[in-house]
Amino acid sequence: MAYTLNHLKTLEAESIFILREVAAQFENPAILFSGGKDSILVTYLAKKAFFPAPIPFPLVHIDTGHNFIETLTYRDSLVEKLGAKLIVGSVQETIDGGRVAEEKGFNASRIRLQTTTLLETIEQYKFDACIGGARRDEEKARAKERFFSHRDEFGQWDPKNQRPELWNLFNGRMHHGENFRIFPISNWTELDVWQYLAMEGIELPTLYFSHKRKVFERDGVWLAETPHIPMKPNEKAEERVVRFRTIGDITSTGASFSEAATLDDIIQEVAVTRTTERGGRADDKRSETSMEDRKKEGYF
Amino acid sequence: MSNEEVNNGQPAIDNQPLTFDSKSYLNMELMRFTTAGSVDDGKSTLIGRLLYDSKSIFEDQMESIRATSERRGETTVNLALLTDGLRAEREQGITIDVAYRYFSTPKRKFIIADTPGHIQYTRNMVTGASTANLAIILVDARQGIVEQTRRHSIIASLLGIPHIALCINKMDLVDYNKEVYDRIVTEYREFATRLKTKDINFIPISALNGDNVVHRSDKMKWYEGVTLLYLLENIHIASDINHIDMRFPVQCVIRPYSDDFHDYRGYAGRLASGVIRPGDKVVVLPSGFTSTVKSVELDGKQMKEAFAPLSVTVQLEDDIDISRGDMLVREGNVPRQDQDIEAMICWMGEKPLQLNGKYALKHTSKDARAVVKEIKYKLDINTLHRITDNPSIGMNDVGRIKIRTTTPLFFDAYTKNRDTGSFILIDEATNVTIAACMIID
Repeated sequence: MAYTLNHLKTLEAESIFILREVAAQFENPAILFSGGKDSILVTYLAKKAFFPAPIPFPLVHIDTGHNFIETLTYRDSLVEKLGAKLIVGSVQETIDGGRVAEEKGFNASRIRLQTTTLLETIEQYKFDACIGGARRDEEKARAKERFFSHRDEFGQWDPKNQRPELWNLFNGRMHHGENFRIFPISNWTELDVWQYLAMEGIELPTLYFSHKRKVFERDGVWLAETPHIPMKPNEKAEERVVRFRTIGDITSTGASFSEAATLDDIIQEVAVTRTTERGGRADDKRSETSMEDRKKEGYF
Repeated sequence: MSNEEVNNGQPAIDNQPLTFDSKSYLNMELMRFTTAGSVDDGKSTLIGRLLYDSKSIFEDQMESIRATSERRGETTVNLALLTDGLRAEREQGITIDVAYRYFSTPKRKFIIADTPGHIQYTRNMVTGASTANLAIILVDARQGIVEQTRRHSIIASLLGIPHIALCINKMDLVDYNKEVYDRIVTEYREFATRLKTKDINFIPISALNGDNVVHRSDKMKWYEGVTLLYLLENIHIASDINHIDMRFPVQCVIRPYSDDFHDYRGYAGRLASGVIRPGDKVVVLPSGFTSTVKSVELDGKQMKEAFAPLSVTVQLEDDIDISRGDMLVREGNVPRQDQDIEAMICWMGEKPLQLNGKYALKHTSKDARAVVKEIKYKLDINTLHRITDNPSIGMNDVGRIKIRTTTPLFFDAYTKNRDTGSFILIDEATNVTIAACMIID
């Protein structure tokens, strides 16, 4: 027998190791659960890590109040299935308490308000480690992030003075009042996540798969028709076949036109999108302005 | 030259079909490699080239660096901008911290630990090197072997990286001359006799033009070896892990306290090395009690065997008191147990190492404290020269020390086992990790 693992099994072993270190090194950790595929993955890995015991961390959902109904349905059935504990931090309550002010206008969003609710929830429940589904391949600054990311008493990250992480030794020591953000799937790429979800047959919110939905275009982004987004007179919703590549607050999550109905379709789509994007690159002679146009289409 | 010969040594990416086989990923291996380098040696260009030619750069990323290059008045797209993430790094055009990059080909998924090369960032190089299968070391063909080449090689050897790819870069600037390449290879081979790394591969490249990085160069027909990507895709890494000495450090104990699993007691951990199977006779350290493995499982699924680096849960036949920091090993193959330990260390703290200083220590899943009993020598990491006369070890220094721990550690020599042979020291006042340590036989 050859002792070789495929990359998904290697990543799984690493992430489970991290989750168990969190359980061992911290008193009161929590999983930040958004309802997106990355936090779903983290939750499943946590289930694997501690089975047959229940997941030793509550799931914390910072709820903007502007949800896709599918996300809440999925969240509640997952919590029930895993016997996990759910804590909801409500942005609405933060607003009602007068601690943040609701944004106004057509593009009002509660994304920025979430931070206050998150920090309040951490303080209220005295979490010393918050486990998130962020990945290093998402963004440049994230590429420098640690698995165990230290935050000072103000919740700040000091990227130029991070603790070295050597071998498989993770240093979770801290002073009173400080805390850690933990990123067990740091080394996974978007494609790894999809491939793993497919390999394991993990159920996902229906939003990720193609379906008919009334959507309208604003600044190049196709948004779902919902009472949470006031529409301008010139905007008109139309029924299209769409799916969502990421899932967040309904007011800022753009749909993409896609026929991908299964995980295999999605893997195919993610992989082929890369090839076709790359394929046209050699004779690509775009100017600075066309990049701006592209960004307006929702590239970032 | 026949077609076959031309294709030989070409990476699989060239044959990548336009449609993606959605199941082929189930056979991909994971490989980690490290790069080290400073501003001008072309390291960032090489990484940019690997990502670009393996089609791993997204269009929006490319547009972003294209625009930045233009704004800065650079005539070509500066691929180096892909790898510099922190604001200070972009402003100064240097790499400060370890940055992790990802790309994959149909054969392997790669994790690059991209580190700065300057001596003042030795600690970052050590961090990147600690988990790597392979180190890419760049040599400027015009300059040959320089101090930095030796330093990077010594760090790779010290950290036990099993493979080195010595890339002689900027071959375009020496007219792709074979003699230049041969001279550098000969000189490096001579130097490398002092290294522990046994597998060294030489490749003449031009990162700027892409020669022998992903695609075979038609300007160096005299070179009969493989391209860099082909090497990365095919080099044998399965043996990099020790599959002989079973070491299972217990991370935590799983007790469900539920009706269905009333008496369940599982030991959760990740195999540091070796293989574990149900029926194996094991010894529990430090108690010395013996028992038999009842089950090896994960997520309720029983396994016939598990091997490093898998994370599993192990149940034993007997009810023994076992907790975090304990280790399961095989009867007849036990690690050393001692409180007096000698190690090579790389110091990362701002304050220098204190003789007789006390530090917190982390080794596998075990926490302990340690006192520094002796500083044997400091190593000049440019020459391997040992400084024994009143050595002091400050930030980025490498040396050999002797410590005594509050409780015995169960360890192997680092050269035999990277997981049980390594530990870190932590400053008890600041909680910062201040030393990477490799245990000597």
